[in-house]
Amino acid sequence: MTDSSENQTEPAAKAGKAAKAGKADKAAKAEKAVKAEKAAKGSEAAQPAAAGAAGPPTAFLEVRDLKVHFPTDDGIVKSVDGLTFSLEKGKTLGVVGESGSGKSVTSLAVMGLHRASRQQRSKVRMSGEIWLDGKELVGADPDEVRRLRGREMAMIFQDPLSALHPFYTVGQQIVEAYRVHHDVDKKTARKRAVEMLDRVGIPQPDKRVDDHPHQFSGGMRQRAMIAMALVNNPELLIADEPTTALDVTVQAQILDLIRDLQKEFGSAVIIITHDLGVVAELADDLLVMYGGRCIERGPAAEVFSAPQHPYTWGLLGSMPRIDRDQTDRLIPVKGSPPSLINVPSGCAFNPRCPYADVPKDDVTRTVRPELRQVAGGHFSACHMTQEERERIWTEEIAPRL
Amino acid sequence: MARGHRRRIPVFSYIIRRLISAVILLLIVSAVTFGIFFLLPKLAGQTTDQLAQQYIGKAPTPADIAAVKKNLGLDKPVYEQYWDFLKGIFVGVDYKFGPEAARCNVPCFGYSFKTHIEVWPEIQSRLPVTMSLAFGAAVVWLVSGISTGVISALRPGSIFDRLSMGVALAGVSLPMFFTGALALALFTYQWPIFERSDYIPLFENPFLWARTLVLPWVTLAFLYSALYARLTRAGMMETLGEDYIRTARAKGLHERKVVVRHGLRAALTPIITVFGMDLGLLLGGALITEQVFSLQGVGAFAVQAITDNDLPKVLGVTLLAAFFIVLCNLVVDVLYAAVDPRVRLS
Repeated sequence: MTDSSENQTEPAAKAGKAAKAGKADKAAKAEKAVKAEKAAKGSEAAQPAAAGAAGPPTAFLEVRDLKVHFPTDDGIVKSVDGLTFSLEKGKTLGVVGESGSGKSVTSLAVMGLHRASRQQRSKVRMSGEIWLDGKELVGADPDEVRRLRGREMAMIFQDPLSALHPFYTVGQQIVEAYRVHHDVDKKTARKRAVEMLDRVGIPQPDKRVDDHPHQFSGGMRQRAMIAMALVNNPELLIADEPTTALDVTVQAQILDLIRDLQKEFGSAVIIITHDLGVVAELADDLLVMYGGRCIERGPAAEVFSAPQHPYTWGLLGSMPRIDRDQTDRLIPVKGSPPSLINVPSGCAFNPRCPYADVPKDDVTRTVRPELRQVAGGHFSACHMTQEERERIWTEEIAPRL
Repeated sequence: MARGHRRRIPVFSYIIRRLISAVILLLIVSAVTFGIFFLLPKLAGQTTDQLAQQYIGKAPTPADIAAVKKNLGLDKPVYEQYWDFLKGIFVGVDYKFGPEAARCNVPCFGYSFKTHIEVWPEIQSRLPVTMSLAFGAAVVWLVSGISTGVISALRPGSIFDRLSMGVALAGVSLPMFFTGALALALFTYQWPIFERSDYIPLFENPFLWARTLVLPWVTLAFLYSALYARLTRAGMMETLGEDYIRTARAKGLHERKVVVRHGLRAALTPIITVFGMDLGLLLGGALITEQVFSLQGVGAFAVQAITDNDLPKVLGVTLLAAFFIVLCNLVVDVLYAAVDPRVRLS
């Protein structure tokens, strides 16, 4: 925790600055001051009086009540609406959910990629806290976050062909990623690029380094992308559906590679996917998202063996499994994902939930369920009582899976 | 270094292929133009006598006509004349007018009907004017157009964006002879900042050279930069939404580098194509600009040739224009291969 003491002084200094500015021009700076105050709270953790949630993070990555809203002409798109989770170094967090559940928006928010350009900043409203290794990122200067990007946190994208620049060689792109954060000459950086390509299993790396992305196969491109992401030894690696665009035969290789590299570098990994098979393979913890919120999270083994939310049951039911009879039909989740502008009241899942009427007084349609502890680190946001859920799971759902 | 070698050969063969097709294209253009001037009149019923008469002027004697016909080979079949014409361009032609002989040097485009001066030296003397005009204006419009487009694309909907796109719309729709005349009226006659003068060669006095050309450059560039600003803006808006831009940002690159090195680089390819066309066309003569600013360039020469119905001049200037367009397109194609590595394989 040598880092945190250093970083705690920073929000405090900011708060001081904001206070001075506030005197000079109260109205204009008020908003900033509030933000800074919020950040300053983090540094006051030594005082027991500080509110419980606002203490300094103990985890390597801690996201608190993250909200990412996009105002549009049709209304505010609440892509992420109050998300909290944490992740330790060396651990893997699997984030699952269907398209539009806020998975990718969350990862881009952690990377600060919603606020990288002036234009983007004008389109997004973010609140909450993201603590990475003792630094708060939501309220931080975008340029400060930029300097962390690629060095402390890196990202692998879904489609490596479109995510790599078509005009530059793979080597040039890796060299560029390295030289942003390391003051070395091109030759050294190139050596490093070859080394990384070799590390991710690209044959003849000293020759392939001069090829363009279109000269690589899909799997090789994703390997190159991983090499680029890992070139600065990031402590946090976010993989946004890293295998979705790939051949099935290559998927397993890429997952193996990510796992091996994580072991080697000891980084924290967030793996975003709608493929539960991928999560089962890699994740220590699991976070299930629905309509921009977390509806269930906990250790992966527990969530898989005793899921506590009807939506998670639906996900498990709609996953094809090779060890089941072919005559068994998949059980799809009926209906379609909710609109993020007009999220259903109460539990966002209620229009699609077969058990929406189990809790009394129509509470599913009026009150939004908060995450409640099931056991240990296992949380679920459902109005049904734990007994009800366990009964339905063991009697109705599990036998059909 | 085996790989580097393998890499260079496709580029080389690509250039060779493009060169061959460029030569073929020029041959076709020359044949068609030649046909229009020497075959079509024949098909339309004009006799070779009438054709020969144009070279002589008023009241020719039959003996004169016969001599000209023989000398210029007008009595030969058209394909032979075309062959002689091509030969003239590459090796020159010797004419014999009775006792005196004349040598039309390489590249020989023949003699003017009106002035009886060789066509090529006259075009040659005007080339620097047109080139100065075209290249100078190109620099102005590339710099202003592309930078305006980039800034607009970065802040769509901003005041700068709306204003510049409005001006761009005006630039595209206002004709040259209006903006040119307006510029002259304001900056030469109302406030004589740029005095009117003849073209002064660059190496004689670079300062005066530039001063004479500032107004034509700006007027010409106004039209083009409007077009390029809109092109750049559209291209940038598209590329900035690409996945690889997000990747570039994820690396932690400074936003300026993301925009220029990753965004603009990709957005520039279509602009290069259009630029090749535009520059090629302009080098064949900026007709209106040269007229408005009384510059004695190739364009003014072409206009004069057409109004005088001076076939050899028209033929020469047409071939020159075609040559520049083909050349610029060749350069663009080669540049394209250098810019976009995917081009080489296809």
